[in-house]
Amino acid sequence: MKTAVVLLPGLNRDRDMIAAIEKVSGQPPLTVWQTDTEIPPVDLIVVPGGFSYGDYLRCGAIAARMPVMRAVAYHAARGVRVLGVCNGFQILLEAGLLPGALMRNASLKFVCREVKLEVANAQTVFTNRYTEGQIIRCPVAHHDGNYFADPEVLARLEDNRQVVFRYAEGTNPNGSINDIAGIVNEAGNVLGIMPHPENLIEDAHGGSDGRALFESVLEIAA
Amino acid sequence: MIKARVTVTLKNGVLDPQGKAIEGALGSLGFSGVGSVRQGKVFDIELDDADKAKAKADIEAMCEKLLANTVIEDYSVEMM
Repeated sequence: MKTAVVLLPGLNRDRDMIAAIEKVSGQPPLTVWQTDTEIPPVDLIVVPGGFSYGDYLRCGAIAARMPVMRAVAYHAARGVRVLGVCNGFQILLEAGLLPGALMRNASLKFVCREVKLEVANAQTVFTNRYTEGQIIRCPVAHHDGNYFADPEVLARLEDNRQVVFRYAEGTNPNGSINDIAGIVNEAGNVLGIMPHPENLIEDAHGGSDGRALFESVLEIAA
Repeated sequence: MIKARVTVTLKNGVLDPQGKAIEGALGSLGFSGVGSVRQGKVFDIELDDADKAKAKADIEAMCEKLLANTVIEDYSVEMM
């Protein structure tokens, strides 16, 4: 499967993401710059983490209005898989590809540590190599990861099983409503996740609990 | 030239941890009786436009498209 990674000024997890994709799939991803208006045909588009545009205005707000994001929306509407991690999740929300918003952490502190995630839905293209209810380790590093959606949107997310990852009991690092760590869109081809699975894919990372996400979405032969 | 001021605030019911922290800091400075603090943003915008009605419509479109995240924020526009 072919992958493209979106590059924007101020991102800093792009190289980790590129390395993870190459490690898992054996193929280096294409990269597309913020001013690109077209993305070549790929099976997966990834918006990595960081601090695009210095988090000015709101996290992800400026990046979401760049030309490349119109191309991402175009492909997402046609079923191409899209993964946004951390700032990438914030960008997908600001671009309207996912519902809700990510606000300042309830503690007001930047959190950089490992949490535990529960795989809340293992029947998505991003999680089918996990088992339902599986608890995995995953690092987080963010200041604005406090997921919020109004009651109607939240009910719809829960009813449709669009909540894919939750912070396991007692590890919610940011005050997210319903312990939400990652959600998919209604069609199931766009995932936004606050923690960093790309930083836990091989033993040198101290664990590989994030690897199955990439093996799922890239359909790596088991 | 037309000037406008846009004020963006968090919607009622949306938790505001920054406002809470400011509230606490005011208390520790000795300001008693602060019931609550909600923080927000102000944008002062200058437009070349001469038509005030068009300018207002443009500013409102700017709010919807960029200045406010209407999932969590309300905005108000004041033409100066």
